[in-house]
Amino acid sequence: MENQKNYLNASYGWKSWLLTLDHKRIGVLYLISITFYFLLGAVFAAFIRLELATPAGDLVQPATYNRLFTNHGVIMIFFFLVPSIPAFLGNFLLPLMIGARDVAFPRLNLASWYILNIGAVFAVWSLAQGGVDTGWTFYTPFSTAFSNGAVMTAAVGVFITGFSSILTGVNFLVTIHRMRAPGMTWFRLPLFIWGLYATSLIFVLGTPVLAVTILMVALERGLGLGIFNPALGGDPVLFQHLFWFYSHPAVYIMILPGMGVISEIVAAFARKRVFGYKFVAYASLGIAVLGFFVWGHHLFVSSQSAYAGIVFSVLTMLVAIPSAIKTFNWTATLYKGSVSWETPMLYAIGFMGLFAIGGLTGVMLAIMGFDIHVHDTYFVVAHFHYIMVGGAIMAYMGGLHYWWPKMFGRMYSPFWSKLSALLVFVGFNLTFFPQFIVGYLGMPRRYHAYPEEFQVFNVLSSAGATVLGAGYLLPMVYFAYSLFAGQKVGKNPWGAVGLEWETESPPPPLNFDEIPTVDFDAYDYVGKAKEAQVV
Amino acid sequence: MSSSAHAPNLAHHFESYEQQRESASLGMWLFVAQEIMFFGGLFTAYLVYRINNPEIFKMASSELNIYQGGINTAVLILSSLTMALAVREAQLGRSKRIVALLVATFILGGVFVGIKYFEYSAKFEHHLVPGEHFDLHLNAEELAYLEKVGITDQAKIQSRAQMFFSIYFAMTGLHALHMLVGMALIIWLIPKAWRGVFNADYHNPVECFGLYWHFVDIVWIFLFPLLYLLGRNIGA
Repeated sequence: MENQKNYLNASYGWKSWLLTLDHKRIGVLYLISITFYFLLGAVFAAFIRLELATPAGDLVQPATYNRLFTNHGVIMIFFFLVPSIPAFLGNFLLPLMIGARDVAFPRLNLASWYILNIGAVFAVWSLAQGGVDTGWTFYTPFSTAFSNGAVMTAAVGVFITGFSSILTGVNFLVTIHRMRAPGMTWFRLPLFIWGLYATSLIFVLGTPVLAVTILMVALERGLGLGIFNPALGGDPVLFQHLFWFYSHPAVYIMILPGMGVISEIVAAFARKRVFGYKFVAYASLGIAVLGFFVWGHHLFVSSQSAYAGIVFSVLTMLVAIPSAIKTFNWTATLYKGSVSWETPMLYAIGFMGLFAIGGLTGVMLAIMGFDIHVHDTYFVVAHFHYIMVGGAIMAYMGGLHYWWPKMFGRMYSPFWSKLSALLVFVGFNLTFFPQFIVGYLGMPRRYHAYPEEFQVFNVLSSAGATVLGAGYLLPMVYFAYSLFAGQKVGKNPWGAVGLEWETESPPPPLNFDEIPTVDFDAYDYVGKAKEAQVV
Repeated sequence: MSSSAHAPNLAHHFESYEQQRESASLGMWLFVAQEIMFFGGLFTAYLVYRINNPEIFKMASSELNIYQGGINTAVLILSSLTMALAVREAQLGRSKRIVALLVATFILGGVFVGIKYFEYSAKFEHHLVPGEHFDLHLNAEELAYLEKVGITDQAKIQSRAQMFFSIYFAMTGLHALHMLVGMALIIWLIPKAWRGVFNADYHNPVECFGLYWHFVDIVWIFLFPLLYLLGRNIGA
């Protein structure tokens, strides 16, 4: 067993990595890329929090501040959050979890990784040109006619990166449809796969609309075509409609795979089948479909008619239903489960609390009257960070800790990893909860200075960001350490149910010696326990 | 590993040719779905501005050369026929016929792009390219028509016509780009077909490319009436 070939030692040299068609190696390549982009995005966040520690705008110029928050948003959203769970964890796990040897189109899969990084080269180049100051939303006519930042370079980067998402989505959808092992029926699929499926639908149907919208901005700024130009009768609000048609579903790109990860973790550490499996599966699709019909809630104050506003308001509130189904079902899974508090579970429990707050404040923002009060304030900033950081990144960290021993065959330190989970949870709340309050009191987003009465909240927030930063840096140390000195693990260190736990850790190059035949339901902990007794 | 692992042109991670074919075809359909959404953004912009400025768009639209557009429509439909036949021949594995039909498709694609080139050149000559030299010439009859429907502001006429041509160039330009990509892909397919790699088991590349080519044709089938024909028969 000791000398068996796995995907890590099957071949050596940089070519064997950069030209690999193995979905597991491509997953690891994604891990390296997105970790780098995460650190880059975090540097901008650090400068933002440092500037906001004092009311006076004393650290950076206002124009520089605009570039800081824009670059933070562009890099974190397009180059970290969107690819994080689907492209990294999804790539590594999808074929393993459905009993396939690879994704349907391995070369396309490698191409997607290259496309992400080519897009990132443009994004980083735009930083070298002085950065972008439009906000990550590229609103016209500022972006097309007035901004003197590197809009074109960043837009090209976002455009290119979009195709990484689209091609990954196509690849995953085909893989889930056509590559399942014998006996792996739709309702035996792990819920993470359902999450990836819903995400991939949004990738394929939403991302191209962002791509063409960014293209129109580029044509207008670069070639003088005037599609959003008010001087030619163009409508900047049309840009907002098209932009949010992708960018609101993009929120679900970020959270749906995270929800899938939480389903896996909660079942594994409660030793129980996820309560209401089918409802959780359908809820993923429900969120993906509903997500396409709520974009107008970003335009409550952008000249959209009140009637359209009412419709979008109601549709937005409907998203709370499938989201709540998931949250309640995870909680119900814990009930009478055999719960243990390993590191992934700590992240999952943290996710459930933070996502609940993020989700409920989302319902508040769907109420038009309330939204007008807090529009463009820190309340909104706090809300979406609760979803994207408190939700998506908590789930990402949980998933990383859960599958790390599978990926690299070694365990990390339980003590340090639990400490990091605690730091992230405390630091996150300290950073963003005060922003709800200061936003409600009227502090607008995207300003580098603010009235003195808001300072106490901002100091809390900046202090929290420091704790949060420590919580994110710690794993880099103990994960790196575990690669060399971590305790070796067997096939199934957590005693979890799922095909990925039935192959070696790390898995062999072709995943399974024999393509498995599936004769058990997802999370069949009771059946597996009985089986073990009989043997 | 299954015994079919050494079968020619069957990728290692597929269990059978059938699985490989179905995967390729589903993947291509999904790619076409994303293409529809991609063009959909531009169609939405066209729709919104056409509704906002129906009369001026009609005037601007009548500047387009209906004969060149019409011939191109016929050329593309014919190329779809040759492409569909190429897919059929690929399924039957008749290499020489595949090559001949792909060459025919390539030539028809070239004719389309060539005519498009002359169309674009004429637009440059007539100052119909958006920018500071844009200048839409309307004859007395057309001006009288616009006055009748209450549009007399010359600056407005010029700016909205410029909007029409912005959208025209964005949509037809993007379409022409897809044509060029398609022609490049034919050049990639022809040597494969010549070597005789396509047969009943393995013809996914031709079939998937066929789906792409038909999609690009269908985009034009929508663009032609929307940009060239709509409103031509009403007044002025």
